[in-house]
This record gives sequence, structure tokens and C-alpha cells, in this order.
Amino acid sequence: MIANDLNTVLPELILAVYAMGALMFAVYTGKDRTTPLLIWVTALLMFGLGGWIALMPDGSHEAFNGAFIDDGFSRFTKTLMLWASGLVLLLSKDYLSRNDMLKFEFPILIALATVGMMMMVSAGDLMSLYMGLELQSLSLYVIAAFRRDSLKSTEAGLKYFVLGALSSGMLLYGASFVYGTTGTTNFAGISSVIAAEGMTLGMLFGMVFMCVGLGFKISAAPFHMWTPDVYEGSPTPVTAFFASAPKVAAAGLFARVMHDAFGDATADWTQIIAFLSLVSMFLGAVAAIGQTNIKRLMAYSSIAHMGFALMGLASGTQEGVQALLIYMAIYVVMNIGTFAFILNMEKDGRAVTDIRSLGMYSKVSPGRALALVVLMFSLAGIPPLVGFFGKLFVLQAAVNAGLTWLAIAGVIASVIGAFYYLRIIYYIYFGAETDGLEVRMPTLHYAVLIASAAIMLFGSINLFGLEAYAGAAAEALLK
Amino acid sequence: MDTLLSVVTFLPMLGAAVLLIFLRGDGAFEQRNAKLVALLATSLTFIVSIAIYTEFDASNPGFQLVEEYEWIAGLKYKVGIDGISILFVLLTTFLMPIVILACWGVSHRVKEYMVMFLMLETLMIAVFTALDLVLFYVVFEAGLIPMFLIVGIWGGKDRVYAAFKFFLYTLLGSVLMLIAMLVMWYDAGTTDIPTLMNHQFASEDFTLLGITVVGGLQTMLFLAFFASFAVKMPMWPVHTWLPDAHVQAPTAGSVVLAAILLKMGGYGFLRFALPMFPVGSFVMADFVMTLSVIAIIYTSLVALMQEDMKKLIAYSSVAHMGFVTMGIFALNKQGIDGAIFQMISHGFISGALFLGVGVIYDRMHTRDIDAYGGLVMRMPVYALVFMLFTMANVGLPGTSGFVGEFLTLVGAFKANTWVAFGATTGVILSAGYALWLYRRVVLGDLIKASLMTITDMNGREKLMMAPLIFFTLLLGIYPALVLDLIGPSVDALVENFDTATVALHDALPAKATH
Repeated sequence: MIANDLNTVLPELILAVYAMGALMFAVYTGKDRTTPLLIWVTALLMFGLGGWIALMPDGSHEAFNGAFIDDGFSRFTKTLMLWASGLVLLLSKDYLSRNDMLKFEFPILIALATVGMMMMVSAGDLMSLYMGLELQSLSLYVIAAFRRDSLKSTEAGLKYFVLGALSSGMLLYGASFVYGTTGTTNFAGISSVIAAEGMTLGMLFGMVFMCVGLGFKISAAPFHMWTPDVYEGSPTPVTAFFASAPKVAAAGLFARVMHDAFGDATADWTQIIAFLSLVSMFLGAVAAIGQTNIKRLMAYSSIAHMGFALMGLASGTQEGVQALLIYMAIYVVMNIGTFAFILNMEKDGRAVTDIRSLGMYSKVSPGRALALVVLMFSLAGIPPLVGFFGKLFVLQAAVNAGLTWLAIAGVIASVIGAFYYLRIIYYIYFGAETDGLEVRMPTLHYAVLIASAAIMLFGSINLFGLEAYAGAAAEALLK
Repeated sequence: MDTLLSVVTFLPMLGAAVLLIFLRGDGAFEQRNAKLVALLATSLTFIVSIAIYTEFDASNPGFQLVEEYEWIAGLKYKVGIDGISILFVLLTTFLMPIVILACWGVSHRVKEYMVMFLMLETLMIAVFTALDLVLFYVVFEAGLIPMFLIVGIWGGKDRVYAAFKFFLYTLLGSVLMLIAMLVMWYDAGTTDIPTLMNHQFASEDFTLLGITVVGGLQTMLFLAFFASFAVKMPMWPVHTWLPDAHVQAPTAGSVVLAAILLKMGGYGFLRFALPMFPVGSFVMADFVMTLSVIAIIYTSLVALMQEDMKKLIAYSSVAHMGFVTMGIFALNKQGIDGAIFQMISHGFISGALFLGVGVIYDRMHTRDIDAYGGLVMRMPVYALVFMLFTMANVGLPGTSGFVGEFLTLVGAFKANTWVAFGATTGVILSAGYALWLYRRVVLGDLIKASLMTITDMNGREKLMMAPLIFFTLLLGIYPALVLDLIGPSVDALVENFDTATVALHDALPAKATH
């Protein structure tokens, strides 16, 4: 039996063992001199694992008595997360070396966080859920404070840790309620108790607290307070990482818990999530208007995007989960492309985060400016760019589930949100000319930026078949 | 040819791709090449689009030249034309070469400018040919991007404000339409426009937040579409983005905006509101008529007081679009015929008027009416051309402007005498502002020193104006050219509409019927 179990968790096992091995290797050999090598090896391993998971045959397997589930849903999100993590890791290298932060712990912590994320989306039990979540969170707390000598970075790390610990506490509190009333920590067990007895008050209590905890992790308003500060304070590669894979993991975990454990009580939790979605969309849209720091702006942008993604979950249907997954995949691609650019916003060797420094950037570098504009329009959800289709699917899921009011609120929020994306375009194409940013950009970053914009542009032809994969993943979750 | 419509749609985009990929540098030679490529692409598109006209069977009210391909998630790339859309497609392809000619004096980022217009042309054609709801929405909305950049990058002094206002205003209108489309998709299970036209959406009254919605779902859907098209049209009181956008946009941008983009609103009413929500349209018709009359009178009065030529023409456009909505919501054949005719004719006339302003703006770099006077002394040809279009704008018989206004007034008169009465005052007012503008700019003594050396229209400018003059007069003298083409489709539209609302005529006896 144990062989079967280990076989099911093999990808996680490989990555975890690799991370520990790499740690030993780095400590006993060249320490920080090995970092570039480690970054490449880790990224390649992640790409490889992602590809391997993507090519795994259909079907679901359970390990450790249902604590770990390997199904189409987890494979979809794992592939997405592994590729995103690997890509962000590669993009980080240049920034880290320029800012003298090329420490060997970085790739290892990212790898461990990724293992945690993989555990999260595969969790089939409250225990494994918490284990995955904490493994991810602890790694993230550390890398948020990765720039030890920077006040802002340490502040970000501390803030993230305190608020993250609070949210983990809430989650545990909720989980204990659920365990107390159902007598089991297994999702399938919880689900069967709910099917038999309905939602009792204790269960409802527990579920609400779990939603709060997960809301923190996914940075949904009103539990978003940490996001802007942490995004701003962390080193930019870390921000880029925060804005990509962990968001997918949190969204995946959210969907997993709600559908696997509370699948028979849809009516109870969809209202909570609809509320989170509504508040996030509006807060993200309105609060970003006043921001001039591009990292803070992206933080609010991610809050608004999570609001939209949650709209898919709020529909409580398979279609909704599919929409959520499509949205997350598109969001990750857009964000990585945008951060490939932000990572290179520099002047005189110092990172710049003020969006006004983009003034007339189109003159400095027309190609990159065009790519960034495509990404901004896509983030704003303007057709024909792929960002629009992400929104279309969640809106459709919401309308079909009878949440028309939420869909209407969502599109109004997206119009408000369009303003700040337009403002960036305004600076790039017709703002006042400034001293300008440095033109230098590593080939890899350039390629990622252009590729991401090209995907946004040409994806509108057929979305590269994404909706079929997401559909299969959603089906696996809800079956 | 099976793919004719797609060829016409994507030819301009091909031109844009050629420019983007092959044209490097920004010297005078490259700029000239960019303009020539754009001119070639748009002219070629127009020539190919003539085949649409010859292939089109005017006696068939259904959709023709239909193409259908699988797209994403059960959506389809489906295009086709009927009597209502064919003219808008032809109007677009016809005007675009003229628009490109109007950009000849531009020297700032020429390549990008041409690419914007070419992409815009593809999107505009696709709006008029799309036969899938979501496809329509995508191209309808995508047009905002090039227009935002055209106003923002190549516009005048306050271009930033104008561009943002244009973008956000129209976007806010459109997103409600998107929700309505999703509701329709859910309700009918398809996004296919011809199927939806035959789908009966629920029209039983229901209560929402304590208010009884007469016409039920249909009225709600109508209102959502109305929000989008009314902004696009634009109708009073949501027209305020238009004067700003027009004043700040470069000449070519103004021409596209006035001549083609505004028509999307009217087209939308005819393609979606009337055939899909007949009950909703019927219920809301009085409301729309009222707004139209207010628009006609109010914006004409506002136009009288303008100091800026472009702003004056912009307000005049709003007034003329008021005739269009009035004609459409007269809900009878004359009204709808007239509305379509008015839109086509306004495409020529307003386009020509903006080009006319552009001609003197290029020379004097001001649009203030006070800065001109007595141009006829130095620019006789210009004076003649501008007079023709001023008269056409007023609606002088013999020009296309007359036919449109007359037919919409006939339609409105049949539906509601008071509306027609009010709108006719608008005709008088339009004569007031248009003739006064002409007097102040062209007539009088040439006393301003700055105007002493102004030159008359050159060959390129005459070339731009000639086809517009030709069609304005041709349609004025022989309107059957348009009316025969749209006739069967409009008949079918009105017939379906009457069948769908026949019950309401009895239920609401107080309402004037036709």
C-alpha cells in the first residue's frame, strides 16, 4: 500500500527531496556561488515536473487514506503552478544578482513553497490542507523578508507573517469546529456527514471561519490588508511570485475545500464567496485609482482579479470551477508578462516603481511599450484580448447560476478598474516625457514579455484549447 | 466566393500586419510608404467590397454570404449580411480610403497611425457583419482600443481627458449589454443572432424591487442594450463624450467617429433591440422618442452657440442622430427606412464637414469660428464644397440629407404627431446654426490678415471630397438606390415586429398605433 501512496505523491516527493538535497549541496559547496546553477536546475525541474504531470493519464488516485488526492483538477493547477514558479524563478535571477541578493536559499524556498502549493491543491483532508498551506506560507514569509537590510522588506515579511499566522489560526479554528461536529477531518467524510445530517450550526461556523482563512490567503477583500504592503515591500521577484503561483494554489484550495468537503451545502457558502467577490472587485478597482507605485497598483489589481475569479467559485457549479481555472491560467500569464517588465524598471541602477517614470516609454522602446499596452488592455478585460475571455467565462457562470446581480456589479467594477490600466497606457503613449527608464532588458525577460502579450493577442483565436483542459479539471473536482 | 466577407474584413488587418512587420524607420520616405500601404489596403478593401454589392440579392430579406466556423467554448465565428447591414459595410469600406487621404498631412508616428486606422476598419466591418452575439460584442468593444489611442496620441490639447471620457463612457454602456447577452445566451441556449431573432424572450410583467416592469425580461434586456447603444449613438443626455472626443480627435479620427462609429448604435437598435425584444422596444418607444426630440431641439440650440467649428458639427451630429432614433422608434417602415437612410447620408455629410474643417485647420491651425471670415475670396472651390455640405446638413431637397429627415419625420408623424412637430423645429434650428456657421466662416469680407495668404483646396483634398459630393447628390436625387436594397429586410423586420406586438396594441389602446 505504501508503495502506491508514495507513487501517487511522487512529483511532490521529488521536488521536496530535491529541495533538501539542494540545500545540503549548497551549504557544503560554494554557498551563494551555486545560486545561478540552483536557479536553473530548480526551474528546469519544475518545468519537467509540470510537463510530466500534464502528460499523466486521466483518472484519480488517492493516497494516505484520502488525505492526498491526485485528480484532473489537481493536475491542472499543479502544472500551472509549477510552470509559473519555474518561470518566475528564472526571471528573478537577473534582478537578484543586480541587487546583490543572489542567495542560494531563494530557489530552495521557492521550491519548498511550490511543494506546499502542490499539497494544497491535492489536499483531501483538513490535516494535509493545513500542512500544505503552512509549508507554502512559511516559505513565503521568509522570501518576503528576503532583503534583510531593507526596512520595507523586513516590514513586509513581518506583516505578512503576523497577518498570515492570524489567518492560519482562523482557518484552524474553523477546521476544529468542522472536525468537532462531523467527527472526521476527511473531506469525503465531512461531505457524507453533511449529506446525511445537513449543515448544523457548528459546521456552518467552522465553514465561515475556514472561508475567512482562505480569503486571507487568496487576498480577497475584506481580508486583503496585507497585500499592498507586502507587494510593495517585498523584492520585486518575490512580488512577481506572490502574484502568480500562490494565487492559483489558494484558488485551487478554496475550490477543493468548498466542493469536496461542503459540496452538498452549496447554498450556504456561495453567498459568502459572492460577498467576498463583490467586495474584492470594487475595492481592487477603487483603491488602485490613487496608486502611483506600480507594485501597489498590481496588488490592488490582483485583489480585483481574485474577486473575479471568486465569482466563478460563487456560482457553485462545474461551469463556475471551469471559469475559475481559465481565469487563473489567464491571470497568471498576464501577470508574469507584466512582472517581466516591472522587474526591469530601473533608472541609474536603482529600481523604480513610480508609474510616472513610464512617461513616453513608447519612444524609448516601441516594441516593449506595445507589449505592455496589450497586457494592460488584457488586464482591464477589454476584448479582443484574452483577459476579456477570462471575464466572459466567469460572468457567464455567474449569470447561469442566477447571480446576475453579481455579474452586473462585476462589470461595473471592471469599468472603474479600467481607469488605472488606461492610466498606465496614458503614461506610456501620451504622458509627459520624463527622464526615462533604462532600456536594457535581458533577452529572457524580453521574450517572456513579448510571448505573454502575443498569447493575449492570439489566444482570442481559440484560447489554445485551454477551456477543454479546464473543463476536464472542473469535471474531475465535481464528480 | 464563400469567404468574401472575411476577406473584406481582414484585408485591412493584413495591411496593418504588413506595416508592422516590414516597415522600419520613421523618415519621410517610410512615412510616405506607410500612407501608401494604408491607402492601397483600404482601396483594395473597397474594390473587393463592391463584390458584396454585386453578389447580394436585394429581394432576399434573410442573411446572405454567411460564413460559419467554430470558435471557442461553443461560440462561433459567424458572419453574414442582410439588407440592413450591407450598406454600413459598404459605407465603411468606401469612407476608409478617404480617411487615409485625410491623414496625409500627419507626420507624427505615421506608421502607428495607419495601423490604428486599418485595425479599426477591420473591427468596424466585423461589427456590421457579425452574426454571433459574443463576436459582435468583442469587435464592438475592441474598436475602443484604436479609437482611444487615436484620440490620445494624435489628438489636440485636451486629448487625455477626451480619450478617457470616450473610453470609460462607452465601456460603461457596453458592459451592461454584455450581461444582457449572457442572459440571452442562458435563456435561448445559443449566441447565434438569426436564431435569437426568432426566439421569444419572456415578456410577462414582473416586479423588481417593488417596481412593476412592464414587458418583463424583454424590457430589462432592452434597457441593457439601450445603455450601450444610447451612449454610442449618442443620445441626449449621455452625449457629452462626443463633443469632447470630436474636438480633440485628429481630423481623420473625427471623420471615422462621426461617419461610422456613431452608426453602430443605430445599427444595434435595428439588429438587436427591435427584432429580439419587440415588446421591450414597444414599451420603451415613447421614452426613446421623447429623448430623441429633446436631443434634436436641445443640441441644435447648443450648436447655435458654439465657438468651435468641430464642436458645432459634433452637436449637429447628435441632433441628426436624434432623427435616427426617432425614426427607428416610430416603429414603422417609413421611420426605419428613413433612419437607415439618415445614417448613411449622415456618414457622407458629417464626414465631409469634418474633412472641410480639417482643410482649413491644416492651414490655420485653429478651429475658432472667429478666426475665419471671407474665405470665399481666396478659396472659391472650398466655399462651394462647404456650401453643398452645409445645405445637405440642413436637409435641402436634392441632397441625401433631405430624404433621411423627411422619411423619419413621416414615420414619426404616423406614430406621434407631437414628436414630429417637435422634431421639425429641429430642422429649422439646423438651418439656423449651419447657415450661420457658413456665413461667419466663408462669407463676409476677408479682413483678417492671417487669412490673406490662405490657399484653396489642393488636388488631394478635392479627390477626397469628390466621391462624397457625388454620393450626397446621387442619393438625394435617386434614393431608391438605398431604399430598394434595404426594403425587403426592413419589411421583414417591421412585419415580425408587428406580429410580436399585436397583442400590445389591444392591451394599450391609449398608445398611438400605426
